[in-house]
Amino acid sequence: MMGSFAVIWEIGRKDLLLEIRNKDVVVAIAGFALLVLVIFTFAIDLNQSNAKLVGPGVLWAGIAFAGVTGLNRAFALEVEGNTLEALMLAPMSRDLIYLGKALGNFLFIAVAQIIVIPVFAVLFNLVVFRWEMLVISLLTTIGFSAVGTLFAAMSVRVRAREVMLPLLFLPVVIPLLMAAVESTSHIVNGRSWSDISQWLQLAVAFDVTFVVVFAFIFQHILED
Amino acid sequence: MVSQVPQIAVKTEAVVKNFGETAVLRGLDLELPAGEVTVLLGTNGAGKSTLLRILAMLTQIDSGSVSIHGSDIAKNGPAIRAMTGSVLHSPMLYADMSVRENLMFFAEMYRLENVDDLIVKTTSQVGIEPRLDHRIRTLSHGFQKRVALARALMHDPQLLLLDEPESGLDSQSVSRLEKIIDNYRSTGRTVVITTHIVEHALELADRAVVLNSGTVGLTSTNPSQDRAEILAANSSESTSGALP
Repeated sequence: MMGSFAVIWEIGRKDLLLEIRNKDVVVAIAGFALLVLVIFTFAIDLNQSNAKLVGPGVLWAGIAFAGVTGLNRAFALEVEGNTLEALMLAPMSRDLIYLGKALGNFLFIAVAQIIVIPVFAVLFNLVVFRWEMLVISLLTTIGFSAVGTLFAAMSVRVRAREVMLPLLFLPVVIPLLMAAVESTSHIVNGRSWSDISQWLQLAVAFDVTFVVVFAFIFQHILED
Repeated sequence: MVSQVPQIAVKTEAVVKNFGETAVLRGLDLELPAGEVTVLLGTNGAGKSTLLRILAMLTQIDSGSVSIHGSDIAKNGPAIRAMTGSVLHSPMLYADMSVRENLMFFAEMYRLENVDDLIVKTTSQVGIEPRLDHRIRTLSHGFQKRVALARALMHDPQLLLLDEPESGLDSQSVSRLEKIIDNYRSTGRTVVITTHIVEHALELADRAVVLNSGTVGLTSTNPSQDRAEILAANSSESTSGALP
């Protein structure tokens, strides 16, 4: 079991090392999401009431669309150098490759959120630095990574992968986006844990289901 | 450890592989004994690389069965991959990581111990140790191929699969490769190799198998002696048979 965790960690760590050197994925995700936020600050009359009403939706839509861009790039790197096949040659269960790649994607999206969420708080003048926000952000990032990793693996070999990934990814993450937007809406309106608990439960159920099911499916996706 | 290995290293029975409408392997039956160097020959599209990818467990077969050292690859994937080393067309390395970082990463994937010693040993075998801290991106194709070979050797596999390993290598590196192959044979391990340098490979191999349109066209257990027949079969698309 420890060996499996070590393999997952090594794949995630390797992705992080490559990202520190290339700065492809985090810059793409954070840059895209920040652009969305900035555009909406000009498009909407951002009084306190409007900010609370539309802010959570803008934040998570921005992160979801930006996440797609980053996920595409993260998997394309493995395919361009055929390194995905090198991983497939290793004597391990191939669901560990999925979990390792998902860990890498989780780290990329999480780092991008560390940049994006404070900027969102400033631009929309909303209080988001609460434990509830940390929890829903983590749960949403796990779900995005779980779904995005599998669909990136599926779409990376097709010619129109830039189109294919959002078409697969966005409809599936709608329940998670709903949970994130509704929770964030409650958080910026100063509500407590009990008000967001049902949305957190939805996010937890989504994450557990997709991590388990997609880890199983992934090995079949890899083999042609 | 070598004495426990069954006599047959690779066995394929009625293996069929199609890519869409194109039939690549059409009921391939093949037995390769352990401890031999086998060279796979055939014209373009004969199925050599597809067969190696199947043995490396990168490509699934449509029907039939494949076993390596007596284990069905469909049932014992990780165990078989642990005893197989592969160098395929592409070096399959992370361009923005150094040689050392690549080898360390793959050593973790293979859960190897004494990684530093292993890296020193295998990189000196393939003659890449002065460039251990160079990033892959900065190396020539030939050096990248050597790193790929080091990765394939690191876990000391029982079966070594080499798909045109000489491409991009200079003559000195080809000599090193031949020494490695000889060493493998002398320690009872098995090497399956495809190549376009046919004459040279026939000197090196214990067995030559000419694939012809996805089936075995010709098998020779004395390739250096059967050179003329093998070369004729290798350029023909309709030969079938086994040489004595």
